[in-house]
Amino acid sequence: MTTAAQPALDPARLRADFPILGRELHGRRLVYLDSAATSQKPQAVLDAMDAYYRETNANVHRGVYELAAEATERFEGARDLAAALVNHPREGVVFTKNATEAVNLVAWAWGVRTLRPGDEVLVTEMEHHSNVVPWQIVAGITGARVRFAPVTPGGELDLERMRAMIGPRTRLVGVVHVSNVLGTINPVAEIAAMAHAEGALCLVDATQSVPHMPVDIAALGADLVAFTGHKMCGPTGIGVLCARPALLESWEPFLGGGEMISDVTTECSTWAEIPWKFEAGTPPIAEAVGLGAAVGYLQGIGLDRVRAHEREMAQALLDGLSELEGIRIFGPTDPDRRGAAVSFALPDLHPHDIAQFLDQEGVCVRAGHHCAKPLMRVLGVHATARASAYLYSGPDDVEALVAALRRARTYFGG
Amino acid sequence: MPGLDDLYQQLILDHYRNRRNQGSLPDPTVQVRHHNPLCGDDLTLELLIEDGRVVEVRHDGDGCSISQAAASMMSEAVAGRTLPEALELVEHFRLVMHGDEEPDEDRLGDAIALEGVARYPVRVKCALLSWMALKDAIQTHSGERTEPVPTGE
Repeated sequence: MTTAAQPALDPARLRADFPILGRELHGRRLVYLDSAATSQKPQAVLDAMDAYYRETNANVHRGVYELAAEATERFEGARDLAAALVNHPREGVVFTKNATEAVNLVAWAWGVRTLRPGDEVLVTEMEHHSNVVPWQIVAGITGARVRFAPVTPGGELDLERMRAMIGPRTRLVGVVHVSNVLGTINPVAEIAAMAHAEGALCLVDATQSVPHMPVDIAALGADLVAFTGHKMCGPTGIGVLCARPALLESWEPFLGGGEMISDVTTECSTWAEIPWKFEAGTPPIAEAVGLGAAVGYLQGIGLDRVRAHEREMAQALLDGLSELEGIRIFGPTDPDRRGAAVSFALPDLHPHDIAQFLDQEGVCVRAGHHCAKPLMRVLGVHATARASAYLYSGPDDVEALVAALRRARTYFGG
Repeated sequence: MPGLDDLYQQLILDHYRNRRNQGSLPDPTVQVRHHNPLCGDDLTLELLIEDGRVVEVRHDGDGCSISQAAASMMSEAVAGRTLPEALELVEHFRLVMHGDEEPDEDRLGDAIALEGVARYPVRVKCALLSWMALKDAIQTHSGERTEPVPTGE
C-alpha cells in the first residue's frame, strides 16, 4: 500500500510499460482515450500469460502431477491477489467471464429462485445494460418488477428519491460505483446501508471503480460486487464476482458441469465448496494469471496514486473540452466527485462523425450509447462521444483531443 | 487527410449541411421509423405513393453525417420511380455498400458519393439506414410486411 505522500504518476514514463502505446495510428502517435471500454495491457501482464502457457500450462484442480499443481497454484494465487485488492475473503471471490456474467450469476442463482411477484429490484438510471437487462429477464420469469432510481440534471443519483423508492418490497438494490458515461462516483456505502435498512441486498457494479481507485468491499458494506479484468490492465475473458460467502453457501449453482461438483450419481449431484461451486468447467486459467499480474502491476503503482492522477486528468478533460464553444459536458463538474471518463456532445456534430474524424488524427474515443440507453433518454440524447483516461493518459492526450475536435468542427461545419 | 476525404466526400457534406426533402408530409401513404442500435441514429421516413409510384419522400430524424446525407440522397434518387424500380435500387445500393456490385451512377445520382463508405464497415449501416427504411416502407405499403423489421443486415 502507498501513502498520500506518494509522488504523482508520470504517465509518459508509464507508457513505456504498455507496448501498444508505442505504435502509431494513421501515422500519428496513438492517443488512446477509450480506457473505459477496455484498458491497454502492460508488459508484465503479457509476460505472465505467455510464461504461463510456455512453462506451466495444465488443467487446474485435477492432475496429480507437478505441472497441474503449479497451474492450480498460479490460478488460486490470482484469486488471493484479487481478494486482497478489494479486501474480500477469498472464498467469496468467484471468477466469471466478465462483470456481465457476474451480475447474471446473481440474477440466476439468486434472483430467479428467490424473487416473487410484487418483489422489486431497484437499479439506477445510470446503470450499464449489464446491471439492467439481467434483472429485466429475471422480472419476466418471476413477476418481480425492475424500478429505476432517478438521476439529477447534474448527473448524480437523487439519493432522497432513491431512499424513498427502497421499501419492504425491495429485494435488491443494484448500483454502479462509477458511471461509465457520466463519470459520477456514487456513494455506494450509503446506498448499501439504505438497502440493508429495508432488508435488501446491495449489488455494486464496480467495473469502472476497481481499475481506478482503492476499493474496499468491507468498508463499502456491499453484499455483491462485480468487476472485470480487461478494464484494469488485465486480459479479456475474466471477471470477478465478490459475494458475501454466506450468500454463496445458501445459493444453488448458476452453471453446472465439471469442477463445481462434490459427487455425481445418475440420480443427483452435490456441489463443491464455494467459490468453486460457481465455477463450472475449465476456468479461464491464463486469464486469471493475467489478472493476478494486473493486480500486482496496479498495486506496485498504488491505486491511490492512480486515483489522484485521474482526478487531475478529469480536471484537464473538463478544462480542455470547455474551451470548445457550445459543448455540452455530461456528469459532475467537480473532479472530486467523478472519474476520468468524460462524455460530451457538440451541437451539429454527431458523435459518430467525431469519433471517425478523431481516428484519422490518431485519437481513439468512443461514440454511441455506451450500453446505457436508459441514461441516454434521461440526458435527451441518442448518443455521446466519450473520452476516458487511465494511468497512462497525460495532458498531451487531452491537448491532442481538443485540437482534433477543433479541426473536426471546421471540417464538418464547412 | 486523404483517407477521411474518401469517406466524407464534398457531396456528402453538402447533403449533410443542406438536407433535401427533410421534414414530413401532410398525408403520407406510409410512414416507418428505423433506428441504428449501434450509434443511436433514428429516422422517420414518409412516402406519398400514387399509381404505383413514389411521388414524394420525406425523412426526419437524428443521425451522423453519413446517415443524414444518405437519406437526403436516397430521397432524390427514388422520387418518381415505380415501386419495383425503387426496390431494385435499394438492392443495388445494398450490394454496392457490400462491395458486391459496381455503382450505377445513372440510377444512384448523388448517392454514388457514398461508394467510399463500403471501405468503412462500421459505417455501412449508417448509409443503409434510410434505404432499408425505404424497402420496409414499400413492403409495408404492398402488404408484404406486417411488422417492422430491424434495419440493416
